[in-house]
Amino acid sequence: MDLAVKLIVFLPLLAAFVAGFFGRAIGDRGAQVVTTGALLVAAALSWFVFFKVGFGGAGGTARLATWIVSGTFDVAWALRIDTLTAVMLIVVTTVSSMVHLYAVGYMADDKSVPRFMAYLSLFTFAMLMLVTADNLVQMFFGWEGVGLASYLLIGFWYDRPSANAAAIKAFVVNRVGDFGFALGIFALYLLTGSVQFDAIFKAAPELAKITFPLLGCAVPALTACCLLLFIGAMGKSAQLGLHTWLPDAMEGPTPVSALIHAATMVTAGVFMVARCSPLFEYSQVALDVVTVVGASTAIFAATVGLTQYDIKRVIAYSTCSQLGYMFFALGVSAYPAGMFHLMTHAFFKALLFLGAGSVIHAMHHEQDMRHMGGLKDKIPQTYWLMWIGTLALAGIGIPGIGGFAGFHSKDVILESAYAAHTAVGGYAFWLGIVAAFLTAFYSCRLMFLTFHGKPHDKHHYDHAHESPPSMLIPLYVLAAGAIVAGFLGEAWFVGHHEKEFWRASILILPDHHALHGAHDVPTWVKWSPLVVAVAGIGLAWWFYVKSSFGLPKMMVDAFPAVHRFFFKKWYFDELYDLMFVRPSFWLGRQLWKKGDIGIIDGVGPNGLAAGSQRLAGVLGRTQSGYLYHYAFAMLIGVALLVTWYMLSRGR
Amino acid sequence: MIGLENWALAGPEIFLVVVAMGLLMFGAFRGERSVEAISWISALALMICVALVVKGNSGTGYNGLFVVNPFNAAMKVLALIGSAVAIVMSRGFMSREGVWRFEYPIVILLATVGMMVMLSAADLMTLYVGLELQSLALYIIAAFQRDNLRSTEAGLKYFVLGAVASCLILYGASLVYGFAGTTSHAGLARVLAEGPPSAGAVIGLVFILSGLAFKVSAVPFHMWTPDVYEGAPTPVTALFAVAPKIAALGLLVAVVMGPFRPLLDQSRQILIAVAVASMAWGAFAAIRQDNIKRLMAYSSIGNMGYVLLGLAAGTEEGIRSVVVYMTIYLVMNLGTFACILAMRRDGIMAETIQDLSGLSRNHPRMALAMLFFMFSMAGIPPLAGFFGKLNVFIAAIDAGLYWPSALGVAASVVAAFYYLRIVKVMYLDPPVRPFDAPMEGVLSGVTFVAAVFVFPFFLVFQSPFLATAQAAAHALFMR
Repeated sequence: MDLAVKLIVFLPLLAAFVAGFFGRAIGDRGAQVVTTGALLVAAALSWFVFFKVGFGGAGGTARLATWIVSGTFDVAWALRIDTLTAVMLIVVTTVSSMVHLYAVGYMADDKSVPRFMAYLSLFTFAMLMLVTADNLVQMFFGWEGVGLASYLLIGFWYDRPSANAAAIKAFVVNRVGDFGFALGIFALYLLTGSVQFDAIFKAAPELAKITFPLLGCAVPALTACCLLLFIGAMGKSAQLGLHTWLPDAMEGPTPVSALIHAATMVTAGVFMVARCSPLFEYSQVALDVVTVVGASTAIFAATVGLTQYDIKRVIAYSTCSQLGYMFFALGVSAYPAGMFHLMTHAFFKALLFLGAGSVIHAMHHEQDMRHMGGLKDKIPQTYWLMWIGTLALAGIGIPGIGGFAGFHSKDVILESAYAAHTAVGGYAFWLGIVAAFLTAFYSCRLMFLTFHGKPHDKHHYDHAHESPPSMLIPLYVLAAGAIVAGFLGEAWFVGHHEKEFWRASILILPDHHALHGAHDVPTWVKWSPLVVAVAGIGLAWWFYVKSSFGLPKMMVDAFPAVHRFFFKKWYFDELYDLMFVRPSFWLGRQLWKKGDIGIIDGVGPNGLAAGSQRLAGVLGRTQSGYLYHYAFAMLIGVALLVTWYMLSRGR
Repeated sequence: MIGLENWALAGPEIFLVVVAMGLLMFGAFRGERSVEAISWISALALMICVALVVKGNSGTGYNGLFVVNPFNAAMKVLALIGSAVAIVMSRGFMSREGVWRFEYPIVILLATVGMMVMLSAADLMTLYVGLELQSLALYIIAAFQRDNLRSTEAGLKYFVLGAVASCLILYGASLVYGFAGTTSHAGLARVLAEGPPSAGAVIGLVFILSGLAFKVSAVPFHMWTPDVYEGAPTPVTALFAVAPKIAALGLLVAVVMGPFRPLLDQSRQILIAVAVASMAWGAFAAIRQDNIKRLMAYSSIGNMGYVLLGLAAGTEEGIRSVVVYMTIYLVMNLGTFACILAMRRDGIMAETIQDLSGLSRNHPRMALAMLFFMFSMAGIPPLAGFFGKLNVFIAAIDAGLYWPSALGVAASVVAAFYYLRIVKVMYLDPPVRPFDAPMEGVLSGVTFVAAVFVFPFFLVFQSPFLATAQAAAHALFMR
């Protein structure tokens, strides 16, 4: 078991090392084989571990090495294996191996295949490190590692200015979140004297009772810690406020979007909050904040997704929105529901992204949906596979019988929110219902714009072609997941076997019964998500297929302000630009031009140099060549020295 | 036979005078053809004199007018070597300029005698006589190229200003005599130690120090240096840069640590002021110089500042650092001037820094040697110049001279600019027309020996130098 987990974690690192440093020696094919092979092995091992842990009751901690020992600060490299980890292992390695395989076809024409494969594997290693972490510092290591890999991969095409800008944006925005995360770790260490999960969790009930003074207020210690950690989660998982980097991150190659910005890295925040459930459970305030932020993100991102034209950006906003669902599930203490949605979402969202990649591939890297259309006959396999992803995302299924993966997980989330019977739960439920409607609408809008109607770009259309097998196989695998994952997993993740499945990896206090209540909600609650989803699909069909007289354009003309507000992404970027970016640039420019060049350089190196030059000029001029000047200088010198003598003698 | 020991004591000086007189006769009768022979005999005589000085005993003679001790012996050796090398380096230049006369080496011999006498002075009278002998000889050779306007101007300037400096020393000596009643160094030391120093004696000391500061070209008595260095024939400049500097500095040390030891606190203040001013002036004023001879003038001003800082420490360690510094200074300057003397295109001397452009490609060995000298003067380890400065700073810090040391370090940073600029020009700038080849044998020999001394010889074999310097310094502290 331990060996299997170690292999899972370190095989990708080894592959990244080989492909990264010996890529030129082993060639493109070699790099693809090494990395994809390593990931496929890791994925197989992950499923083995998942069954052993989830259903066989295995688990434990594998200590690898001592990392930092300084006084009472003791951090080890250790792999923590429990159900939560096992779920993440299968999600990460399965999607990652499929994306690796997909990238073989998708990136075939790229100049630096080994580098790309190495980055992908490096990312996978960091993500695995994150999910197997036994302490907050190791988790932070993985956290920063995935951030780094994300930065490298978004900016993979570094000759594109927009890709560089997006990479920097992702890095900087994540830094804000990471700052909160780091503060949270510091605070927890300060309060508990440890960064190891078990020790911290043990101390949580005590922490809930203490406060510390800050600016004259008594701040509840645990709530403060949880909120700081949640800020980290918000950054990584692109929650409202810190979400701005995610749509821009679509500048990266599509496999990256599928792996990092849909299935795995962005869910790290969800995982972290779930991992820290023994902390969050004792802080109602923190849970409420998580719920409100999650629900707000869900509706915000859905509204923006309605109006975007870039095929990947629509899916990116959809990801953002779905992450919001996961968070408000966590917020109402339905951690298993959140994790369940994380798992199913990984499959269908990766499927959608890879499908979109297949479309983009077919269209020769055209991403604007206005230039697509009518592609369903050209690339039928992609078309049908993407329908599976879309229906899973929209959450189509019949209550009591079953449906696509998203149906099972999204329904239980909404039901839990309703069953929480709290104000924030209600807020989350209603926003979630509206967002479900919007989700169905925009995802079908994507499908109709792309695959139905008339081709808008004849040239691209004529050259469109179905993708190679290496790209289609992963789509089929993920599509299978998108169909059956919810159906198969429901009983274990959120159903009757939930307790024996999760065991100690998730803590839910007895008086937080949203998840249990989810099974006993009124029938209308059970049916409403399906109703709104079908309504959304129908409306989209009416808008984009049925009506031939430009209904969408009429809507836009009818509500120009609303459309512009959504289309401009609620003006977040503009606002941040005004509030943070420009003042930062201004400050930076001031410090640079005036502070560094003006004062430090001016007075320091340059000033001294210029002063020396001037002084040299002055001294040079004294060398007049006239004898009497020289003699005079000597006499003045003697006079000065005598005078100084006489004066200093008096003292 | 009373007095024989006196003769023995002054043996090297007497030997040198006799040789000079003999050569004068030889030259007068043989005419200009004799110049080759006379120059080589002079150099040989100087080297024999080195042996005599090394073998000679310490002691005081001539009724307390003349003293020999390890310190002045060491300084004499350095001065003699400087003179000898300067003579042999002169040949090519002087013959090309048509001033390769037999008087030239003889005048240098007489100047050297003057240096030795002043170094051995144990009385203000001997001091003055030696100083004047040296100075008068140097005035002559500064203007030796007498149909060259710049050379004569340099000689005249040197003469007039040197006369002013002589006046200062004489006036100071008379004041000291008036207040102390004696001109003997031993007597002065005794009298001045008796009570609080009288104002007259102190002012006399200031005048004497000022006059000597002129000779070592320390600020503010340095003004003659760049003009004379530039104007004088280059081999003469090479001589000026080494032998008289060493002699004058040795004299300064002897005066400050000998008769005026009781006034050390007072002289230290002057020395520090002069040292800091020299270091700074030498560093800053050189930045804009294009003429390499003028640059070397400022370099020597700066170097004298560092030596004076070592002297200002007033400790055995400080004097030791002075001796070591002067040794290294001698070698670096001789090597650099050997290179400068080789800067010649179609028989015309090239004197600007730009003439060194791309030297590394035309004359790689010369450029490498020059690189060593410049790095050494800039005080970059592990070259010899670094150890010279290091010893001075250690001595100064140990004596509590923190601020002057800090200023000295700062000045050396500024000075590094123009030394490194030469390296940059040699190695990074596009090559210009190459210099005349081949380099004269003597010059390349001097360059090679000096470069090897600067690195790695001194790094490896510094202990004998340190030991000699230690013994020399110790002599001044024996009572």
